[in-house]
Amino acid sequence: MSEMSKYEGREVLCSVRDMEVTFGKGRRKFVAVKNVNFDIYKGETFGLVGESGSGKTTIGRAIIRINPISAGEVLFKGERISGRISRAMDKMVTEKIQMIFQDPMASLNERAKVDYIVSEGLINIHPEMPRKEREERVSKALSDVGLLPEFATRFPHEFSGGQRQRIGIARALIMEPEFIIADEPISALDVSIRAQVLNLMSKLQKERGLTYLFIAHDLSVMRFITDRIAVIHKGVIVELAETEKLYAHPLHPYTRALLSAIPMPDPISEKKKVVTAYDPTQHHYENDPPRWIEIEDGHFIMANGEEEEKYRAILAK
Amino acid sequence: MENGDIILSVRDLNVKFSLRGKVLNAIRGISLDLYKGEALAIVGESGSGKSVFTKNFIGLLDKNGWVDSGSILYYGRGGEPLDLATFKKEEDWQGFRGKEVAMVMQDPMTSLNPLKTIGWQIEEALKLHQGLSGMAATKKAVEILADVGIPEPERRAKQYPHEFSGGMRQRVVIAIAMACNPQILICDEPTTALDVTIQAQILQLIRDLKDKYGLTTIYITHDLGVVANVADRIAVMYAGDIVEIGTCEEVFYDPRHPYTWALLSSLPQLGIKGQDLYAIKGTPPNLFNVIRGDAFAPRNPHPLKIDFLYRPPYFDVSPTHKARTWLLDPRAPKIDPPEIISHIRNIRLEDMSEGVTAREADAAREEAEAAAQVAETAAAETAGTAVNETAAGPEEAIAIAETALFTEEAAESAAGNGGEEA
Repeated sequence: MSEMSKYEGREVLCSVRDMEVTFGKGRRKFVAVKNVNFDIYKGETFGLVGESGSGKTTIGRAIIRINPISAGEVLFKGERISGRISRAMDKMVTEKIQMIFQDPMASLNERAKVDYIVSEGLINIHPEMPRKEREERVSKALSDVGLLPEFATRFPHEFSGGQRQRIGIARALIMEPEFIIADEPISALDVSIRAQVLNLMSKLQKERGLTYLFIAHDLSVMRFITDRIAVIHKGVIVELAETEKLYAHPLHPYTRALLSAIPMPDPISEKKKVVTAYDPTQHHYENDPPRWIEIEDGHFIMANGEEEEKYRAILAK
Repeated sequence: MENGDIILSVRDLNVKFSLRGKVLNAIRGISLDLYKGEALAIVGESGSGKSVFTKNFIGLLDKNGWVDSGSILYYGRGGEPLDLATFKKEEDWQGFRGKEVAMVMQDPMTSLNPLKTIGWQIEEALKLHQGLSGMAATKKAVEILADVGIPEPERRAKQYPHEFSGGMRQRVVIAIAMACNPQILICDEPTTALDVTIQAQILQLIRDLKDKYGLTTIYITHDLGVVANVADRIAVMYAGDIVEIGTCEEVFYDPRHPYTWALLSSLPQLGIKGQDLYAIKGTPPNLFNVIRGDAFAPRNPHPLKIDFLYRPPYFDVSPTHKARTWLLDPRAPKIDPPEIISHIRNIRLEDMSEGVTAREADAAREEAEAAAQVAETAAAETAGTAVNETAAGPEEAIAIAETALFTEEAAESAAGNGGEEA
């Protein structure tokens, strides 16, 4: 690119380089994701979209060191956090990167009180912290997510779905993280509660300069909340662009299929809509394998030579 | 509403549950006619009673629940209608459930037996209801699998549920439901557990089956976004009651109940980037308590005084569209629906893409057009409402003669009532 990229000078918080994650060994080896490359800038919301089984959750879990990666590396603030790292480093990762899980009904310990659920991370990382201070931080975390501090003595089953997801968020916040991986945080929630949780997440982002990796399968929510989106299909990222750009000029056929499937609340246009299905056999990759190319500033796509020309022609229009 | 024959007619249905020694009023006097061959969507939050309501049609109400009053007349067999509300014993339902009304459950991961082959599970239904056996049943099962769009049905019939993906399993569940050629198919959140692309395919499949066999379908969902392309009519449920019902176009383009406004406004498809998404404050009311007035009033940003005192009757907006809200009373002040939902008619995928500024400019222009249009229709319809006011019932109309009640309640006090359960 001749002109200067608008991404120059932005601080990269987390970058993933040639990541590959495999499960199983030998003949039963299964490659869940491969050749994953992206940078997440400080303060942005980066979206990862794909259908179930595409490996989007695996990427999130690999960043936070739940799943070991078999090739490539993950950098956090320029330092490698994948593979073997020092204890101090590991502690730093636990503090600075936190995760919010999908199902608030399943991700909270039913037998623990909210107080323990929220403070468990603190107890592990700062066992020396006096009880009084810890309790103060729990009340603060609870009020930050819009719950009453008195809730600390209750059990998870006493709460509604939306409230439980808030507890999940409070538990991540108490560590004062810089980077939060939210794995489908709203797909298990009702429409009205969904809005409350999304608003809470963007409010916290504004107040604390948080960076989010937002994993979802629902593109309608993604447009609203993310700054950039990566689309993943069968373990391979096929397209990455700024959100508005991706919606305006989806290039990869899979992205187009995903976009066409978004249900719109407009009966007249909806009843005329044709959903395009994605057919992986439309690519001719036998002789000319695809590469990960930057087709315009900040817009990456998986394409071979022939497709690259075609996509450039579309963009030139 | 004389388009076609009524297949199911619900009258003043009240369903109660006894729970921990207390009585919960889950369905509070619903009347609804279902027409043969239509697709009705029932929309509401969790806990609004939408599943409980439809479970009455198939005899799957939990043991601690009962029909307190009202009737459910089924006309599908021809001749004398059957009153499903009088079915008490399990034997009453045999021969009806599955054959006349079938149901597709929400989660395809848990609604199949993991120990039996897919073919066996479909044959089970065929043997029980259609008296087929042996080869005939196997052959029919394969046919049905092909019918719901499963490739290589002979091979797939011999496989187990774990060998199927989520979307394919949902197709199997639909196949089992279709095995006895039911008249009515109830789909309880058929796509919530599925991906967007698969979701579109499953909805398409249900629609195709409906057209092919003249099925009457009921969709239950919490997401108004997904029903736009499948439903002929939409019923919005809140706190065990239908608060608004109308054709799909009427509910999306001309919603009248504040709860419908709230549901539509909270759709992420309508959100504008950088601004907060509209969220409905508070939680649905506790149905153990007696509900006074309009159940939605405590969460309504602009409630009227009367909303807290008297339960609103249905006001007809058009012959096919009615809503239970005092806002439609001629004495009520004019409260406009939230601005954001007036753009629905114009929302297209391309709009979503044009960047925030372009979209806003666009929106402003369209808004002006829409406003003009709304003003026109509103004027025409206010006249209409006045004529239709007999729907209120004479005694209620007298009881609420005080016009003073039709003033807006201060929003503060309402918010106090509706704060999230603390």
